[in-house]
Amino acid sequence: MSAQGTYQEGPSAKERALAKTRGHIGRRAILSRVVIAACYLAGALVVLPLALIVWHLVAKGLPALSISFFTDMPKPVGEPGGGMANAIVGTLMLVGLGALFAVPVGVGAGVYLAEFGRGRFAGMVRYTADLLGGVPSIVIGVAAYGLVVIPMGGFSALAGGVALGILMLPTIIRSTEEVVRLVPQSYREAALALGAPRWKVTQQVVIPAAKAGIVTASMLAVARAAGETAPLLFTALGNRFWSTSLTKPIASLPVMVFDYARAPYDDWNRQAWTGALVLVMIVTVISAVLRLTVKRVLPR
Amino acid sequence: MKAARISGDRVYRAALGGAAALVFLVMALIVYETSRGSALSLRTFGLGFLLGTDWDPVAERFGALPYIWGTVVSSGLALLLAVPLGIGTAVYLAEIADRRVGAIVSFVIELLAAIPSIVYGIWGFFVLAPWLRNAVEPWLIANFGFLPLFRGNPFGIGMLNAGIVLAIMILPTIVSISREVLLATPRSLREAALALGATPAESIGVALGAARPGILGSVILALGRALGETMAVTMVIGNTNRISLSLLAPGATMSSIIANEFTEATSPLYLSALIEIALVLFVITILVNGIARLLVYWATGGRRSAVAA
Repeated sequence: MSAQGTYQEGPSAKERALAKTRGHIGRRAILSRVVIAACYLAGALVVLPLALIVWHLVAKGLPALSISFFTDMPKPVGEPGGGMANAIVGTLMLVGLGALFAVPVGVGAGVYLAEFGRGRFAGMVRYTADLLGGVPSIVIGVAAYGLVVIPMGGFSALAGGVALGILMLPTIIRSTEEVVRLVPQSYREAALALGAPRWKVTQQVVIPAAKAGIVTASMLAVARAAGETAPLLFTALGNRFWSTSLTKPIASLPVMVFDYARAPYDDWNRQAWTGALVLVMIVTVISAVLRLTVKRVLPR
Repeated sequence: MKAARISGDRVYRAALGGAAALVFLVMALIVYETSRGSALSLRTFGLGFLLGTDWDPVAERFGALPYIWGTVVSSGLALLLAVPLGIGTAVYLAEIADRRVGAIVSFVIELLAAIPSIVYGIWGFFVLAPWLRNAVEPWLIANFGFLPLFRGNPFGIGMLNAGIVLAIMILPTIVSISREVLLATPRSLREAALALGATPAESIGVALGAARPGILGSVILALGRALGETMAVTMVIGNTNRISLSLLAPGATMSSIIANEFTEATSPLYLSALIEIALVLFVITILVNGIARLLVYWATGGRRSAVAA
């Protein structure tokens, strides 16, 4: 009888079950909110380091940034001031050399993959290019040491250029392929319908249509390589003096920044920050501008 | 006329195919050079090289274990920090963010990927290290010092610093590929989950389940990047060849020992030992990347060139 009493006074079984589900839904809804809030937090936390790095780069690098930093040679130890003119020219030369090797090969391979790349050979090229992109840059430096430095009998700008070229190659191949693929199929069909052979279709229709994209894609890879230090340490080595010779060691901005940052002189440390700022400006400004223009240039 | 046409096509195709085949040549040259250079060390030490803990250029005894240890620990720590953050951000970008905010965050992450590693190194050395030394590490020692992980003195540079810097550097890889993989999963999965009464987070969970191989691929790809990263690590890890359980202790990695000592290697055996470390690093990263690429290809149907990430 008492059970009957409770039954009438308390919530019905159905109500209790409902309340239970309601509580359950409440817990799940709260959990859902927590998870989504955590995702927001993760997004914010990922942006934070970039903000910090850029802030410190500007705060510590800007004071020593002046025209003379670009035009002056490094001063001997103990003398304050001086610039990194030789390193800036050296970086441009090394990157240029690398591009000289990598751009023709990379663009050729990329066009091949986009236009003719359906078989197993193309699949293997793609896979190997991706693997090459994952080889640590220091290992590429070691390979270039054996390949160029030992036969030439010494460190040289040429060896550094070869190392950077190998480094650029996979990125140029895969981004060229992507860009060439974006050329509308109707261009090819129209050219073929007019009686052009395939090679003329590719050479005179597809490549010109993709030219802007190919140039941007290659430039992106080249800009990225400008910031590389590891493959240059024992190929181009570094040089405190002016040199534009292909067969002698040559200065580069990243290696000089590395040396200056590790040196026990405050003035050198300050210049390392400035060098890093210049390096980031060269690399990211080119990347950012290219990325923004590439979206406008390409038909999507 | 027709014959000329076909041969023109052939020549053109062969020329481009030749450029493509150069990729194999480059890869073969890397294998050849690293194997040839390490032959002397391989003959002298055999497999014991991988387990040896000595690094004595004077007595010419070399072992790679401290560096393998340093590479594994610093990369593992980086994954531990970067994977939850990276996947969370990818979910945010793919599922939650409105278009404009998402575009800004994506842009920032692309910039993060474009910063040269030497810059991360300088930042880790001059900014992160003092902060760790003065604030974070004393706190860790005071509160968690009973764990072997946090024993020792606060140096600022060491495994912890290397792990944090590496985590920041591999975040873009995890975020951009995971985001792409998530976007490639069908919308209907989420809609079906929502229709069955799932909460928003639960429907995202369903999408994450479908995207699992690709996300795993992105994480392994990031691991490959962390294993081979050189300059930033060289600047912040401290460069001592000791094996320590503590994250606060300085150490060295395979890449940092090569970067530091390659130009100082005076004897052929010394140089050869360093090149063998490069060979070991090469083999490890090829294996790791090989697996990761397959997973990413499989998950995105081969559309993505993961190199650009």
